[in-house]
Amino acid sequence: MKTFAILIAALCVSAPAWAVEPQEMLKDPALEVRARAISKELRCVQCQNETIDESGAQIARDMRILVRERLQAGENDDQIIAYMVSRYGDYVRLRPRFMNSTLALWIGPFVILLAGGFVVASRLRKGGKNPDPLTPEEQATIASLIEHGERTP
Amino acid sequence: MSGQDASQATPLVRRWPYLLPLVLILALGGVFTKRLVDVEQGLNPNVIPTVLLDTPLPSFDLAPLPGRGTSLKSDDLKGEVSLINVWGSWCIACLVEHPVLLDIAASGEVPIHGIAWRDEPDRSLAWLAERGDPYAKIGQDPRSKAAIAFGVVAAPETFLVDKQGIIRYKQTGPITAEDWRNKIKPLIEQLKK
Repeated sequence: MKTFAILIAALCVSAPAWAVEPQEMLKDPALEVRARAISKELRCVQCQNETIDESGAQIARDMRILVRERLQAGENDDQIIAYMVSRYGDYVRLRPRFMNSTLALWIGPFVILLAGGFVVASRLRKGGKNPDPLTPEEQATIASLIEHGERTP
Repeated sequence: MSGQDASQATPLVRRWPYLLPLVLILALGGVFTKRLVDVEQGLNPNVIPTVLLDTPLPSFDLAPLPGRGTSLKSDDLKGEVSLINVWGSWCIACLVEHPVLLDIAASGEVPIHGIAWRDEPDRSLAWLAERGDPYAKIGQDPRSKAAIAFGVVAAPETFLVDKQGIIRYKQTGPITAEDWRNKIKPLIEQLKK
């Protein structure tokens, strides 16, 4: 039980494993926080589905270092991201910008949701009407089924 | 009884929405098939199209390999058509490309400048000593500064730069003899005019 508690405690205090290596980090904690935030917006161009913050690829490492150098040179976050975009295209943004070519991506789900809602709403409205009453033949069939367990010929 | 009765009661026109899923699936199938055929025919889905075509080459000033000429500067490249090849001694695909680069250099059509990307100078030199050296100038890029400026993803990548220093073509991956014959050489002849 005690071992278990120690294990849990150890898990709680341990930091998650990052790709960022200690020697890459900036001494200024505020700048380092900004560097991490920018790195999470940028896609590793080699691995394609990781941020450069979490990627172990060499090119991602060099991009992280470049982000930090530019921060130290006094550039703001937008300038740094804009530089990367100017080199690699919008591809390098992990969060696609809202523009003509990404319109379907951004509003597509809402359009589909609306269309679905419309279908459901119109169905519900139609379903709210009372169905036609049973004809005398149908009532006779039901009565016969209840009474004899079979249809009358 | 109800199924049959209902179908008779509902006119055919009103049941077309039930065909929608089939139509959608067929359309999706078409899109996927097109993509598969493209990949089969040589499209590499991992290649990110470069945004640098028809833009000026980035400015850089890269130190030469020790004992091998002067530094590679972007300003020096203006005035003649040239190829810039991003390579490294660690790069397997560069081995495949190397004989083609040697042939291009021997043809004298165009100077090839090398960017020794993320490499130890000694290893770069040893690699060239062993396999032949097709490069006019070589600049070192140990921290990927130039590589990132060129939007490089993986070596080898090659850029064709015109007399004004504008990037006119980018090859991702090794240049094959066919690429040289069919794409790059004709383009160079056009740019030299």
